[in-house]
Amino acid sequence: MKVFVPVKRVVDYNVKVRVKSDGTGVDLANVKMSMNPFDEIAIEEAVRLKEAGVATEVVAISCGTAASQETLRTALAIGADRAILVETDADVQPLAVAKLLKALVDKEGPQLVILGKQAIDDDSNQTGQMLAALLGWSQATFASKVVIAGGKAAVTREVDGGLETLELTMPAVVTTDLRLNEPRYATLPNIMKAKKKPLDTFKPADLGVDVAPRLTTLKVVEPAKRQAGIKVADVAQLLDKLKNEAKVI
Amino acid sequence: MAVLVIAEHDNAALKAATRNTVTAAARLGGDIHVLVAGSGCTGAAQAAAQLAGVAVVKVADAAHYADQTAENLAALIVAQKAGYTHILAASTSQGKNTMPRVAALLDVAQISDIVAIEDADTFVRPIYAGNALATVRSGDAVKVVTVRTTAFDAAGQGGGAKIEAIAAAPDAGVAKLLGRELTKSARPELAAAKIVVSGGRGMGSGENYHKVLEPLADKLGAALGASRAAVDAGFVSNDYQVGQTGKIVAPQLYIAVGISGAIQHLAGMKDSKVIVAINKDPDAPIFQVADYGLVADLFQAVPELVTAL
Repeated sequence: MKVFVPVKRVVDYNVKVRVKSDGTGVDLANVKMSMNPFDEIAIEEAVRLKEAGVATEVVAISCGTAASQETLRTALAIGADRAILVETDADVQPLAVAKLLKALVDKEGPQLVILGKQAIDDDSNQTGQMLAALLGWSQATFASKVVIAGGKAAVTREVDGGLETLELTMPAVVTTDLRLNEPRYATLPNIMKAKKKPLDTFKPADLGVDVAPRLTTLKVVEPAKRQAGIKVADVAQLLDKLKNEAKVI
Repeated sequence: MAVLVIAEHDNAALKAATRNTVTAAARLGGDIHVLVAGSGCTGAAQAAAQLAGVAVVKVADAAHYADQTAENLAALIVAQKAGYTHILAASTSQGKNTMPRVAALLDVAQISDIVAIEDADTFVRPIYAGNALATVRSGDAVKVVTVRTTAFDAAGQGGGAKIEAIAAAPDAGVAKLLGRELTKSARPELAAAKIVVSGGRGMGSGENYHKVLEPLADKLGAALGASRAAVDAGFVSNDYQVGQTGKIVAPQLYIAVGISGAIQHLAGMKDSKVIVAINKDPDAPIFQVADYGLVADLFQAVPELVTAL
């Protein structure tokens, strides 16, 4: 079984982004970029499936600028077998990414696509579900456990009230939550090996997909800042403030 | 013009999030219809009909809606699309699961997790864990939108909507529910609670978490929450998590105990009216957003607070 793992290059999760003063977006100049953490979990899960003999090949895919090659090399260093970059400078929104992925799925016929539940830059939480819809496949979002056997995937999902387990008929799309696994660190030998693994590049036009954005960003602003309050000396003063100043208890 | 709101419910009753979504729908103008898809969901449909501002409740009652799978819900919603300019759902785990599927089937963008509505095409939504607010305009004919419930008040009662039965869409038959492990609690629902008591890594263990925080939550009638660190460490289950990828809360009072205040956690609670932080590290970032900070050992301060309340 071939497994696809789409990955996205995003601002590193430790970076506190700054909104540009002209309100056109956030400042990405000289900011550390990394693989979206949820996608790292997705790669790890796919590699574990291969190590367990369930998957035969793990293909990492990214849609974005040429710099996304770096993210794909990280995926290869974790253990993906090969990579595909759909290279574009356009602002590729979730629907466009889902269409690009569908075109690649149609071409290569994987039985499983595992990807992060959301990217930590635009926080959309859409691509996996959209891809499943376009393919007419089953889906399990927010996965914390995946067991594949006999053409079915039993996926435990983190939902608002707790956990639920779905049995999906494959092929299927699974999106990862934080507690699915703990991704390994890429070792230096594996980073070196990753440089020699195949990486193919396509353009959206090669796949016949129109990636024109559907949403126009009119402006980006910083949210109202919360003022730091005061330090209270002890529990008695805290209680007094909550009762008589804030009046919340 | 009409707006379709997808109800969230457990067949017997409507979930609170639906009421906030109806308020967002009212901001758009036009008739509000609510779709209740379930199995034996008369109770939920009747509750939806009583919401102020709702004109029609459409009910699809069929066995294959019992488990609320995205495949079946999305197919039904798409079959009902005629006449609607907007399709809204709460940005809950169910809304997030289902609505992008609807958007893709309609070949439109989804606008996720909106916190404000500028006009029928223009919405404000947080990006980068709430460190920026983007105003986006959609050019699509139908807007598929998920709504951050804390940004909109709950719709009131007093409506008298017409309830219409609609035909179910076919069962996709590709996803089957094997089981649910839902947290049972007599406490208020985390996302809708007026007071939230939250614990972090500083609690040290699951045992400490429950021993120290439960008496405080009991005294205050509060919901219990947690930081990602506390959930990852296994102190409590995933449904307690407050933050960028967990639940977004905005209670009247949020008490953060032993939580350092990573940006991902702040993203989930910084719209709370009053924030209290109890932490022994005076430099913890949580103090930068707290209205009242108490630098103290939580194992002494919290029991002291419980006694004093």
